[in-house]
Amino acid sequence: MVLIFAETQKGKFKKAAYELAYYGYQTAQALGTECAALVLGTAEGAEELGKYGASKVYHVTDTALDTFDSQAYTKVIAAAAEKAGANVVIVGHTSTGKSLLGRLAVRMNAGSVPAVNAIPTVEGGTFKVRKPVFSGKAFADYEVKSENKVLSLMGNSLQPQEVGEPASVEALDVEVPAAQVTVKEVKRMEGRTPLPEAELVVSAGRGMKGPENWGIIEELAETMGATTACSRPVADADWRPHHEHVGQTGVAIRPNLYFAIGISGAIQHLAGVNSSKTIVVINKDPEAPFFKAADYGVVGDLFDVVPRLNEAMKKFKAEN
Amino acid sequence: MKLLVCVSKTPETTAKIAFTEGNTQFDTSGVQFIMNPYDEWYALVRALELKEANGGSVTLINVGPAANDTVIRKGLAIGADEAVRVDTEPSSALFVAKQIAAYAKKEAFDVVFLGKETIDYNGSEVGAMVAELLDVPFISYASHMEMDGDTATVTRDIEGGNEVVEVKAPFVVSAAKGLAEQRIPNMRGIMMAKRKPLKVEPAVEAEDLSVAVHYELPPEKGDVKLVDPENMDELVRLLHEEAKAI
Repeated sequence: MVLIFAETQKGKFKKAAYELAYYGYQTAQALGTECAALVLGTAEGAEELGKYGASKVYHVTDTALDTFDSQAYTKVIAAAAEKAGANVVIVGHTSTGKSLLGRLAVRMNAGSVPAVNAIPTVEGGTFKVRKPVFSGKAFADYEVKSENKVLSLMGNSLQPQEVGEPASVEALDVEVPAAQVTVKEVKRMEGRTPLPEAELVVSAGRGMKGPENWGIIEELAETMGATTACSRPVADADWRPHHEHVGQTGVAIRPNLYFAIGISGAIQHLAGVNSSKTIVVINKDPEAPFFKAADYGVVGDLFDVVPRLNEAMKKFKAEN
Repeated sequence: MKLLVCVSKTPETTAKIAFTEGNTQFDTSGVQFIMNPYDEWYALVRALELKEANGGSVTLINVGPAANDTVIRKGLAIGADEAVRVDTEPSSALFVAKQIAAYAKKEAFDVVFLGKETIDYNGSEVGAMVAELLDVPFISYASHMEMDGDTATVTRDIEGGNEVVEVKAPFVVSAAKGLAEQRIPNMRGIMMAKRKPLKVEPAVEAEDLSVAVHYELPPEKGDVKLVDPENMDELVRLLHEEAKAI
C-alpha cells in the first residue's frame, strides 16, 4: 500500500494535494497496489482526494494537528502507515514535507528520496525514482533498497487527472503526542499563489533599472494571474522582497511559464528556473546568456515590450 | 550553550556538471569545492553571533575524507572554536545523519545548526534525520532566530509567508537566507585557524538505504525562437497554441 500525506492550509486542500494523490496513484500502479491518503487535523472535502486516485482517506481529526510540529507529525504519520499497512509514504516537497521526510526515513527505517519529479519504476524488484540534482543542472536516478520507502514530490511535477470517484473517509485513531514546538504566529500573503506552487511566473532583474519601475511587471502579472519573482541582485539591493528571489540560492521553481525580463541569465539564476516548462526571455542585449536557455526570445527594450505584451495578454484574455 | 554546526563540501556554484564511469559518478576533475553556502553564510555565522552574545562554544562537524580539511579550516577561520571530521566517504543522507547524530549525542549539544540544503544533491534531509535520531524538535528554513536562555524564537519560511515558533533546547535548526550575513575570514582568523583543534573521529556503522545509481544531463534546449518586439500578439499566440502555456 502507498500512503500519501495530503497537506491542508487552513483546513482546505490545494492543488498540490490532488497532484500528490495522483502521483501516489501512479506509484501504486507501478507497484501493483493501491494508494490511500492521510489527512491530519481540520480538513474539509477530504473525499475529493478519491477523484485523483486515493482509494481511501484516513483522517486523524485531533485539532492539535492544526499547527505543525515535525516530531509529532512524524509519529502520527508513521503510526498511520503501520495501521494502513503502507510501506511507501509520499509527502509533498514543501516546507512541511521537507521537515518530515528525513524524520520519517529514520522512524520507519526507510530509504528516502527527496524532491522526486517522475513516477517510480519497478523492474525485477528494483525500485528506482528520478530527482533533479545540482540545482537542476542534472538528474539522478535513485535506487531504494529497503522494504519501506519515503519520497517527497516536487510541486508542479505532473498534472493531476481525475481517475476515480470521491473516496470514503475513515477516522483513524492514532495517539497524537504533545507538540514540543509552539507556533506563535503564521503570516501568509493573501491573494497571489506562492512562488513554489505558481504555474505562471513573471520575473524581472537589473534591467528594470530601479524599484520604481516595477509597475509594468506588476501589471503584466495581474493580467496573467501570475506570481512575481526577481533575480538575486534585485533582492540583494532591496528593490524587491527576498521571498521573490528565484535561483540557486533563492527559491527553485518549475512553473509552466517563466518570463525573464531584464535578467541576463547567470548560471546560478538558471539553476533555479531551468526546469520551467516554457521560458520566455525579454532583453535588449541579444548576447544575454539567458537566450540560450529560452524557448522564446524578444530582443528589445523591456520598457516598450512589456506594456505591449500586457496589452496583447489583455486582448487574449478578453477573447478566451 | 554548546553549538554544533554541520558543514558540507559542495562544488562551487558555477562548476561544470559532468559524469563519468558510464554516468554513475560525478566527475570531480577540474571542479572547485567550497563550503556549502547555506552552512557557511547562515548556519555558521548565526551560531557565532549567538555565541558572541551569550557565551558558549561553536564546534564544526563534517563527514568526509582528509581532503575536506581545507573547507573545515575555512570555518575555523570564520570563527568556530574547534572542529571534528568523521573520517569516511559520505555515501548517503542517512549515513551522514547517523555520523552527526552519534557525535552530537556523545557531546550533548544544545543546538545543532545546518544549512537548509546542500547545493549539490538538494535533498534537505540531513537536519530532519539528525533531529529524529536525537529525538528532538527540528525547525527548518529559519530566516530569523533569537535565544533567551534555553528558549529560541525562530521565524521559519513557509510557502508564501513565514511562521514564528518557540522551542526549547536541545533542537536542530536549518538555516535559510536572512538568518545571518556572510562573513569573510580575515588574516588573523586564517592564522588562528591553523592552531585550532581539528579532531578526526572514526565513522559509526550505518547502512545506505537509497543511493544514486545513474545520472543524466537535461536534454539540450533547441534554438530560441525569436519574436518581433513590435508583435507581442504573435508571442501570445505562440504561448497559447504552440507551447500551450497559457
